[in-house]
Amino acid sequence: MQLAMTILLDGLSFASYLFIVSVGLTIVFGVMKILNVAHGGFYAWGAYCAAFSITLAGDNDYPDWVGFFLIAGSAMVVGLVLGVIIERLILRRMYEQDEVLIALATFGIFLVLEDLIILTFGVNPFFAYQPMAAMGNVMMAGIIRDVYSISLFALAIVVAFGCWWGLTRTKWGKLISMVIYDREISMAMGLNVSAIYLVIFVIGATLGALGGAYVSPTISVAPGFGIDVIVLSFAVVVIGGMGSIPGAIIGAFMVGLFRAIAVHLMPELELFVVFAVMAVVLIVRPEGLFAPAKARTI
Amino acid sequence: MVSFLLKDPTIRWATLGFLALAIVGTFLPSWILDNTMFGLARGLAVLGLLVLWRTGLISFGHAFYFGIGAYAVALIDRSAGVTDIFLRLAVAISAAMIVGFLVGFILRKYRGIFFAMLSLAFSMVLYGILVKIEALGSTDGFSVSATTVLGWTPQDKYTLFCIVIAVAVVSVCFVQYYLKTALGSLTTAIRDNELRVEYLGYSVSKAIHVKYVISAGLAGAAGAMLAMALGQVDPDSMVNWPVSGELVFITVMAGPGNVVAPFIGGVVFEFLRTYAFEWAPHAWQLIVGGTLLAIIFFLPYGLWSLIERIWTRQRG
Repeated sequence: MQLAMTILLDGLSFASYLFIVSVGLTIVFGVMKILNVAHGGFYAWGAYCAAFSITLAGDNDYPDWVGFFLIAGSAMVVGLVLGVIIERLILRRMYEQDEVLIALATFGIFLVLEDLIILTFGVNPFFAYQPMAAMGNVMMAGIIRDVYSISLFALAIVVAFGCWWGLTRTKWGKLISMVIYDREISMAMGLNVSAIYLVIFVIGATLGALGGAYVSPTISVAPGFGIDVIVLSFAVVVIGGMGSIPGAIIGAFMVGLFRAIAVHLMPELELFVVFAVMAVVLIVRPEGLFAPAKARTI
Repeated sequence: MVSFLLKDPTIRWATLGFLALAIVGTFLPSWILDNTMFGLARGLAVLGLLVLWRTGLISFGHAFYFGIGAYAVALIDRSAGVTDIFLRLAVAISAAMIVGFLVGFILRKYRGIFFAMLSLAFSMVLYGILVKIEALGSTDGFSVSATTVLGWTPQDKYTLFCIVIAVAVVSVCFVQYYLKTALGSLTTAIRDNELRVEYLGYSVSKAIHVKYVISAGLAGAAGAMLAMALGQVDPDSMVNWPVSGELVFITVMAGPGNVVAPFIGGVVFEFLRTYAFEWAPHAWQLIVGGTLLAIIFFLPYGLWSLIERIWTRQRG
């Protein structure tokens, strides 16, 4: 029973974290039809900026709760700066190209971002434990858990709610759905599609950076750590259906729980389980669980 | 087939070029020989990716077959003590092709990003298994004992170098011939419009399946050659996703223009890496990523289009 509970809690906090990272990926794909491999770069940059600023604040004896503002701040700065630069300078020139080629270009951007991190922050790991220590621990169903990983779950709910509300209850959201549905008609109706693309890309980048920034206190932030997570969040997005937010939720739950089960019962199958689930889902439903089927073009 | 091979100019020039390389190889210092050999071995896998890339398919997971080839060599070496190069190659290629044939039934239904990501998933499954299972060497991998040629143990790297070149020539001839057959000439047609190809009475998924198996076999051969050249197999340098990324990078850098381009790309890549590690050890990915972007923007048909341009200028 206790094992089941541990698996469930572990799975939930891992799922929340995966959801926050992969929702940015899925939004960008849904609107812009770009498989953004550079998302991994945003994630790593978010984590590094947060860890760096939290460590700096800790060294200068600021109170621990400042860390939360630093996390949010780093995510926004990274998302805005990198998002705008990359969308305006590179992706803008590629929208007419084949989607596989755009994915390759973002892969190039990802590699560049990875090394820029090493050149900026060096190769030594950062430990930004202050925000996690500030929250303390709590007993849940006989297990001691840190509050921080539970707060991750709350953050995931906030993000999910924000996306749902933003897309269905605001004017901007309706305009975005219009672009998703038909880009050319939206342009013909006088919609500034290029501005919407920029906004969406920045939001996606910010969410990726937020995932990295929020998780940075729980791990040691070292070069190359973003890669595994990004490959995992691709699995999440593909399982749920690329471009679907409910799909990202379900995908994150499936990957999170299966991985937690594997980690606790058969640790040697950890990676295998995730991708086996992905392969099975794709074999049964080629477009993922929630994405609409596409028509063939003549 | 023989008359085609004798007439085709690409084959003629490629064979001459490889022969010249084999002769030059006798004078080269061993580190250049090593790098060229690794580059040519990678070129084999890239040739497989080129077959797919011309159809508009890109696989982010070809390290799967690369790894199967390499591990096949290592496993038959450990379990049965097989050291003969031809036997090793044959086992590696057939293992990769059999797996490719089975996986192909699933993958042939997918295009574009889904094809790329599903291949990645398969390669990561293999990586996950190899890393966690002790019997398969875990993260350390195995060493591979020295290769013999029909019972004779070569004392230097040069013999292996020549065999890599021979395998490259055979693959180039085979792929060039395949691309000229009816099935192979569907390559670009499928990229342009699948539905119309089906109206012509061909099965698109079968054509893609054949391509996939060919590319799997080539990647398997590449993995086997690299395993023998390095004398070592391990999951991180053979099966992990950066390996697939490198293969895709070489494919794009070399360009889809010609069957020889992958080998040029492979060798260029290998030397680029050697010098990058020496001069800028922390900026290797920066160089690769920057080059990738530059090629996509300024040289969409890769290095081969440069060579082609020089060639036509001299002739015309």
